[in-house]
Amino acid sequence: MRTAIDDELLRLAEDEGLSQDQRAELSLGALVCGVIVLLLAMVVFIVAQAWPSFAHNGLHWFGSGGNVDQQLESIFNSTSYLHKAVYTFHAWPLIWSTILTTAGAVILAFICSLFIAIFMVEFAPVPVQRILEPVVRVLASVPSVIYGLIGVLVLVPFIGNHLITQSERASVTPVIQLSGYSLLAAVVILTVMIAPIMISIFADGLRAVPRNWLEGSLALGVNRWRTFWKVAVLTARPALIAGTVLATARALGESVMLSMVSGSVGFAPNPADGLILFVEPSRGLAATILHNTDELSSPPMEHTLFAIAAVLLFSSLMLSLAGWGAKQPMKRYFQVGGAEA
Amino acid sequence: MDVINQPLPVRQLEPGATLTVRRPLDGGTAQIRLLEEAILDTSFVSSSTERHVVVPTLERMRVEELSINYGQKPAVRSVSLPIRQGEVLGLIGPSGCGKTTLLRSLNRLTELTKSASLIGRVTLDGVDIAELEPTALRRRVTMVFQQPNPFPMSVFDNVAYVLREQAKRKPRKMSLRPQVEEALARAGLLEEVRDNMDHPALRLSGGQQQRLCIARALAANPEVLLLDEPCSALDPQSTKVIEDLIVKLREEVAVVIVTHNLQQAHRIADHVAFMYLGELVEYAPGHALFGNPKEQRTREYVSGAFG
Amino acid sequence: MSRTRALESSSSWRWTDRLGLAFAWLVGLLFCVICAAIVIYLLVQGIRYLHPSFLWTNPKVGNTQNETGGILAPLLGTALVIALAMGIATPVGVGIAVWLSEYARPRQLARVVESTVEMFAGAPSIVLALFGVILFRASFLGFLTEKTGGVVYGKGFFPAGAMLSLLALPLVVTSVREGLQAIPNHVREASYAVGKTKIATIRRVLLPAVRPDIITGSMIGAGHALGDTVIIVILLGDTYILQGVGHVPLLGTLRGTGDTLTSYIFDNAPTGDLNQPNKAFAAALVLLVIVLILNVIVDIFGRKARELKWT
Repeated sequence: MRTAIDDELLRLAEDEGLSQDQRAELSLGALVCGVIVLLLAMVVFIVAQAWPSFAHNGLHWFGSGGNVDQQLESIFNSTSYLHKAVYTFHAWPLIWSTILTTAGAVILAFICSLFIAIFMVEFAPVPVQRILEPVVRVLASVPSVIYGLIGVLVLVPFIGNHLITQSERASVTPVIQLSGYSLLAAVVILTVMIAPIMISIFADGLRAVPRNWLEGSLALGVNRWRTFWKVAVLTARPALIAGTVLATARALGESVMLSMVSGSVGFAPNPADGLILFVEPSRGLAATILHNTDELSSPPMEHTLFAIAAVLLFSSLMLSLAGWGAKQPMKRYFQVGGAEA
Repeated sequence: MDVINQPLPVRQLEPGATLTVRRPLDGGTAQIRLLEEAILDTSFVSSSTERHVVVPTLERMRVEELSINYGQKPAVRSVSLPIRQGEVLGLIGPSGCGKTTLLRSLNRLTELTKSASLIGRVTLDGVDIAELEPTALRRRVTMVFQQPNPFPMSVFDNVAYVLREQAKRKPRKMSLRPQVEEALARAGLLEEVRDNMDHPALRLSGGQQQRLCIARALAANPEVLLLDEPCSALDPQSTKVIEDLIVKLREEVAVVIVTHNLQQAHRIADHVAFMYLGELVEYAPGHALFGNPKEQRTREYVSGAFG
Repeated sequence: MSRTRALESSSSWRWTDRLGLAFAWLVGLLFCVICAAIVIYLLVQGIRYLHPSFLWTNPKVGNTQNETGGILAPLLGTALVIALAMGIATPVGVGIAVWLSEYARPRQLARVVESTVEMFAGAPSIVLALFGVILFRASFLGFLTEKTGGVVYGKGFFPAGAMLSLLALPLVVTSVREGLQAIPNHVREASYAVGKTKIATIRRVLLPAVRPDIITGSMIGAGHALGDTVIIVILLGDTYILQGVGHVPLLGTLRGTGDTLTSYIFDNAPTGDLNQPNKAFAAALVLLVIVLILNVIVDIFGRKARELKWT
């Protein structure tokens, strides 16, 4: 039986508890707001620092015209030798290099990762499966600088000495030097770097497919391979997209490994050159920032580098949005509906 | 032997085929064996109890001394059964009696379990099914599961699934439409989804999904249709619809249904096999097994002494 | 969970199907070979140049590889910067995860917080590094690094550690949040029923329950932070020994600049300033061993955590 004293005690306890809880909720709320503010600050600061470079160049910032390396040099020197800051910068060779390496690696990695994930989840004999899983994890945890080290000491000399012929070298000598630092090395290593991310996400998605769908397909006389492709891969499409988006974001932002193997010239490999395209050196956006990071003391250089960073930031944000957007239409087919008869 | 003194339903029958004559009044049956080719008229409809209705059956599969073990544990012990087109075979028995295992062995789904081992044989149209390719077998002997499991695709794509797989080259959607509609019609679902065939299959109600699974199984034009407690997850209304459907289907395919619902078996099964602890205790026409069971255990199960 | 293993042999499949399976085998084995090659190559090359003294000598200026010393400073630098990064990321990550899992009011704010964490996860580390450059140049943060003549240097262990923590943060949040969401509601209700406040429930019941998740999340985050080179190269000042600032012992070092294994490898690679591949290999082997050990620990912990399932 509740008495007045009980009620009062209860009220006191509630009051104290409430204010304790309120305080806790407010402090945690402040923490999360702080994190949001931090992200906003990041976007704002970077865009603010990047603005002068964009303002000076307009849309030509993204275009081509002139030698990007020379432009960077004159930007850096502009405040010390001349007293007028030079901002002229046409980043197309860097953008093109980034597109080539990222697209190349993502496409190659997607194909390999899908097959490996399917293999790992369904078709590999148990001993092979038990080896593949740790292999994927080890490959995922190797730091990018080690990938770069092995790339520059193994793959680059291999390409330089064995895959490039003298005639090829001669054909491009006036413009660039073919020495093994190449698009090919970059794409191959980047593929190995991002594949593990895709493989683990793909495999998780494939494992989550309800068994009875697979059994239903088998019971209709469809063989295991086609059953898995038609039913499991179809069902795991959201995981495929999520894995690809994550891997693309990783590839876009990779700077260390690329700066070590893809070459240090801001050159745009020309597809019209044919297969030489693959052994031509280039440098992507992120690697360019890293390359010139010592020169941040020069304001115009700083603005230029921040402009590149802004492009990278914007791209990764767009990627997350695209990934979210691509998953939406698929939700139709996966929501088990209620009785609509 | 009963005298057939009215025009009979027509079916092209092979010599040697067995006719089961069913009497609506007391449900008695008799077997007639054809000695020569007989042609019977399908348009005959009987409404008077004095008429005799002939329902010809054709043996499709035969289970011969089949035993299945999961590791050391026996699940099915030396069972022999015929499976005939033109009738519904009901497998009944308490949980764990091996009826589902037996059903799954008919399309070799038991092979999915590593520990399963089989002795004896099952034949389809005279050929041992162990000698057929599993995928080929499962196109002729299709299965509908307890939980409706339509694929996460549209209704059309679900039914067209097997058709697309069977075709050598990718068939155009237009050319598949008549077959899809036919399968849906056989499953009694066409009218309800005719305008919505591109809608996601998962949006259908439970009963509709199960009928979709039946349509999907029928699209392959199987000879035998296996049903594993197809109505246990459905409400009574949907159950009735599906039971009517099964009875209609038995003319075209041999139907084997596993059910733990005795009333359901009574309603729709022509022959019933009662299993207990892996053994086939009794196999008899439905009315005989329920009305006058020969075995003690059958008598006890049917009267609800255990379940 | 059993796989759909049927006795159908692949010989019954169409040739395109068989080709697909063959390709899957090929790529699977290829990746195993690549992994083995990387590990073995590093092992072989690294051990050749790895003397025990390598580990406890500081890098020195010198002309030949024999004179340039070892990796003591980078090792210490790595330890310091990771400790700093996880010291920030773990509490903050747990706090965010708790808020997302237990409070999450108003709903709009929760969604924004989720997106924010995801965006930090997707942001390239070079962008984070540049953000750090701007952030730590601010004079009110000057106490964290060296300040000479009114100009804040802005590079050192604090800035590097702070930005690395942003790298590790999303991983901690995800891991802890999943752990919290796995706890069934009746546990919380039981605690409320005996009169405990929400925050006490969190502190006394939920957090101890997700301790394995906190640890695994931190270790995974630490693994990522260990492998990062960009933030270190840009924000740590890249001096080959730890240059402290001021006279306070630990704080001085943290305010100062230094080196870590990753930037050491970067500098000693053929593309770096110092170009001593042998040292780079040795350091790479040490780094890889540390990362792999961390992975093994995470595995063991993860397995133990899974054993304590909630029925």
